[in-house]
Amino acid sequence: MNQTAQLLNQARDAVEGTTTLDELDAVRVKYLGRKGLLTVRLKELGGLSADERPAAGQIINEAKQALTAAIKTRRNVLEKERIQATLQADGLDVSLPGRGHVSGTLHPVTRTLRRMLRIFAHAGFEVHTGPEVEDEYYNFTALNIPKDHPARAMHDTFYLESGLLLRTHTSPVQIRAMEKHGVPIRLIAPGRAYRCDSDLTHTPMFTQVEVLTVDRGISFANLKSFTYEFLSSFFEREVELRFRPSYFPFTEPSAEVDVLSESGRWLEILGCGMVHPKVLKNVGVDPEEYTGYALGFGVERLAMLRYGVDDLRLFFENDIRFLEQFR
Amino acid sequence: MRVNIEWLRDWVKFDLEPAQLAERLTVAGLEVDSVEAAAPDFEGPVVAEITAVEPHPDADRLVVCNVNDGRKQHVVVCGAPNATSGLRVPFAPVGALLPGGVKIGRAKLRGVSSDGMLCSEKDLGLSEASDGLFELPNDAPLGQLIREHLQLDDAILDIDLTPNRGDCFSVLGIAREIAATQGLKLETLASSPVAAQSSDTLNVKLEANAGCPRFVGRIVRGISNTATSPVWLTERLRRAGLRPIHPVVDVTNYVMLELGQPLHSYDERKIDTRIVVRLARKGEKLTLLDGREINIDADVMVIADKAGAIGIAGIMGGQRTAVDAKTQDIFLEAAYFSPPAIAGRARRFGLHTDASMRFERGVDPEHQARAIERATELLLDIVGGEPGPCVETKLPEHLAANKPILLRHERLQALLGLDVSAENVERILKILAMDVKRKRNGWRVTPPGYRFDLRIEEDLVEEVARMIGYDNIPITPELSKVHLGTVTESRVPEERLADLLAARGYSEIISYSFVDEELENAINPGAPTAKLVNPISKDLSVMRRSLWPGLLTTARLNLSRQLSRMRLFEIGGQFSVVASKIEETPVLAGLVAGSRWPEHWDFAATGVDFFDVKADIEAIFQITGRLDEIRFSPAEHPALRPGQTARIQLAGEDIGWLGSLHPVLEHRLELRTNVILFALRLEQTLQSTLPNFRAYSKFPSVRRDLALLVEENVSVDQIIETVRENAGDVLQNVVIFDVYRGEGIDSGQKSVALGLILQDTSRTLTDADADRTVSSVTEHLGRVLGATIRT
Repeated sequence: MNQTAQLLNQARDAVEGTTTLDELDAVRVKYLGRKGLLTVRLKELGGLSADERPAAGQIINEAKQALTAAIKTRRNVLEKERIQATLQADGLDVSLPGRGHVSGTLHPVTRTLRRMLRIFAHAGFEVHTGPEVEDEYYNFTALNIPKDHPARAMHDTFYLESGLLLRTHTSPVQIRAMEKHGVPIRLIAPGRAYRCDSDLTHTPMFTQVEVLTVDRGISFANLKSFTYEFLSSFFEREVELRFRPSYFPFTEPSAEVDVLSESGRWLEILGCGMVHPKVLKNVGVDPEEYTGYALGFGVERLAMLRYGVDDLRLFFENDIRFLEQFR
Repeated sequence: MRVNIEWLRDWVKFDLEPAQLAERLTVAGLEVDSVEAAAPDFEGPVVAEITAVEPHPDADRLVVCNVNDGRKQHVVVCGAPNATSGLRVPFAPVGALLPGGVKIGRAKLRGVSSDGMLCSEKDLGLSEASDGLFELPNDAPLGQLIREHLQLDDAILDIDLTPNRGDCFSVLGIAREIAATQGLKLETLASSPVAAQSSDTLNVKLEANAGCPRFVGRIVRGISNTATSPVWLTERLRRAGLRPIHPVVDVTNYVMLELGQPLHSYDERKIDTRIVVRLARKGEKLTLLDGREINIDADVMVIADKAGAIGIAGIMGGQRTAVDAKTQDIFLEAAYFSPPAIAGRARRFGLHTDASMRFERGVDPEHQARAIERATELLLDIVGGEPGPCVETKLPEHLAANKPILLRHERLQALLGLDVSAENVERILKILAMDVKRKRNGWRVTPPGYRFDLRIEEDLVEEVARMIGYDNIPITPELSKVHLGTVTESRVPEERLADLLAARGYSEIISYSFVDEELENAINPGAPTAKLVNPISKDLSVMRRSLWPGLLTTARLNLSRQLSRMRLFEIGGQFSVVASKIEETPVLAGLVAGSRWPEHWDFAATGVDFFDVKADIEAIFQITGRLDEIRFSPAEHPALRPGQTARIQLAGEDIGWLGSLHPVLEHRLELRTNVILFALRLEQTLQSTLPNFRAYSKFPSVRRDLALLVEENVSVDQIIETVRENAGDVLQNVVIFDVYRGEGIDSGQKSVALGLILQDTSRTLTDADADRTVSSVTEHLGRVLGATIRT
């Protein structure tokens, strides 16, 4: 009996002394394996009398159980230690930069345009596009700007050798759309427009959005409401606006709209008006039955106000340090 | 147009600060761009008379003046060439403050002490340059403050007139607007006709019909040619932005500014016999006042004498009959030239004159005689002379009055969305000097002759609206009408492509649609371009036929600013000329340069190459679901590097290019870095297929790897195609996991390693099944492509 107890103590010491799972396993094999010291003792029970056998057997079995439990406990400890060691070895400097592509950028004009189109889409406006190389008819005549009219001087036009021109606004799209789809119509025409002008506040190309609504019973009061709603939505605040009479050959009455900036200054933001009856007649619409409003926005202008850009020319220079500020 | 407050007050007595007036005019439709002071701040200078001039004892260029400022005598040292005894000039005594904060102290100039300073216009900030003392009138009150004498506490409004408001191109016109909008009375300031002192007249014939139905002329003989324009007049001209030229010209300019009627003065002795207003004759030439000789087209009106043209009507006079320093007899012209006869003509000669601007917008057809009388009155005061009769020549049949316009009360209210009483409408129209007759549902309205912008009912609606004030029109939402437009799913929104590229590290650019012709031709030699007739500059002179010039220019700019890694894209139109027609095609194009990754602690700094960018393009067609239909095939493009160029086809149609920049271009643009370019036609690229669900197998897949030896000219596309054709339905995917050349491989050959992923939808594949598939595939690869299995 004493021998078993001694063996168990010896084995326990061995278990406690192990530092790796491999060593622990070796201890297990040494005592509990098929030829293990305790296992062997169980086999030796055969040499005992039938009376002695159960008690002796029980002692050995208890010793085996005790040792198994001790090994299990030790294994848990060693396993934890091993994981701990691995974790320590695999530790990262989490402050190092990540790997792969960095996020690119969308041009501020695109960003602004998308925002505008999303707002207009809520009101059921559809996007229409048209050619940038236009003819005199769509760019001027159909919009009630006859040849030699002083208003043409407002549009410093780029001409091509073929006699065609680069559209000076996206308004020709309203003519094409009404010719094709008729009225009632609610459309937005975003796109590039061109004027032969280059200084601090003008670039020879710019981005314009034209908005057109033609339906029965559309009034100037509706135009005002639309303008307030759009600009309030765009700037995410209740804007204060000033409508003042102006002149565009394709609208009558016409207005320019100023927005009161947060610094208390009036800033010109768009031109608009009621569609001129001649424009409607030019596309075969009876102005007695239908009326409408049109607005023209400079997208760069809105982007400048919204993002604090102070130089129009930056939009077309494409310096990466500029572009990177708009994701 | 620039107009000063003090002049306006001659015509309408308003009680508003300049800034308030500017605001009122702006909301009435006359946009005031700026309000400036008529003179900078200065304090102290007074009117003084030089009573004696002595030479300076110690300086040739200086004189010592005795100056009387009405209270006492001062000794002032002065260097101006026009300092003469008896002259009245501005005198800044010790203690005065001149513009820019210059304080006048007692000074000793070459040993003579000076009690102050005599001033030029420049010293007082009234002009950019002066060549002597500012000569004041002989009756200027001694001791009066200069600011008071010249009424310098005045403001100048700069008004940005819209082209329809020609009637406001004068002090009178703006005063009329002020009177109407503020409910004030317009002063009449009627100049009484000047009685003729001789019977001299010039014969005038009008042959241009409606182009010039009225012409008023007058001869004034024996004017003084030593007189100068008075300060009050030149001051008003200065504030309007005009410089004094000659007293006669100054007077005609003054009257034009005041009444809006351009006048012209001729040296009467230089006119041959008579005046005719007619269209130019074919081949007719004229030397203008500015010395230029021009050819006049036959649709341009001229003023001619017996010898030929002496001026382009309403635009500019000719040199032959110009008034000069020796002129003694003048002929004054005030004509009505109609807008259609003038419009666009000045631009043709590269001219933009005060007269042409007014005539092409429309001047008051009734105002010519009044302008001549006003000018005569001023001329007699300034240069004297003996006026002949004021003679009007007219073609009554071509002097059509404005036609009446029907204004319906209901239409007006509907268009504005505003209730407005009939009384109010009538009141407004009458304030604006319209003739108003009540009709059953509205009014018959005849606008005054000077309103060229009022032709239709809507024009009158705008007049009523602006007088009520746009701010007083209600804000009324439209009744909503639900209409769901069509939203297609067979075209991916452009936004998704932009977002995809941005997510893959690209920056979107927007570059000009016109580019440098040389660069354009270097990229695409030989093909015709659409050229601009009037480009801003040489490097923006032709329409781009691809987006690459803009991308390359942007790359060069950023490289020059030490930003070397870039991934750029642009979406925009390209403009090619096909059979002399311009074809406009929206395109998505990109440029990638520099290192593959941003500089990183764990990546080697390798340069980006063809395949990096190809992956970006493939990602696009994954989004549209058409990757299977895309082919990259070897091709040549003048801008791209041979051997590293692919034509991109979608379902057999050419839609774009991918390749490395040609070394010749790289060198020419001094890019000194690897550059990959691509371009895709946008519309084709966006066409997408609708996802169509296919059930996937629940049985395990088997992978078999093959290493093939093939000739270099066998493309991976060919290999994959052969595999697909012969592997049967069990083939799920083919991957290329290695391409190897070099040791162990004969030159001219390459080793391509493929993985075949096999799977059946109804059962687990056995090894035997997989073997059968692989052997069928290898057999065909051998037969079709000469491939051998590498072991």
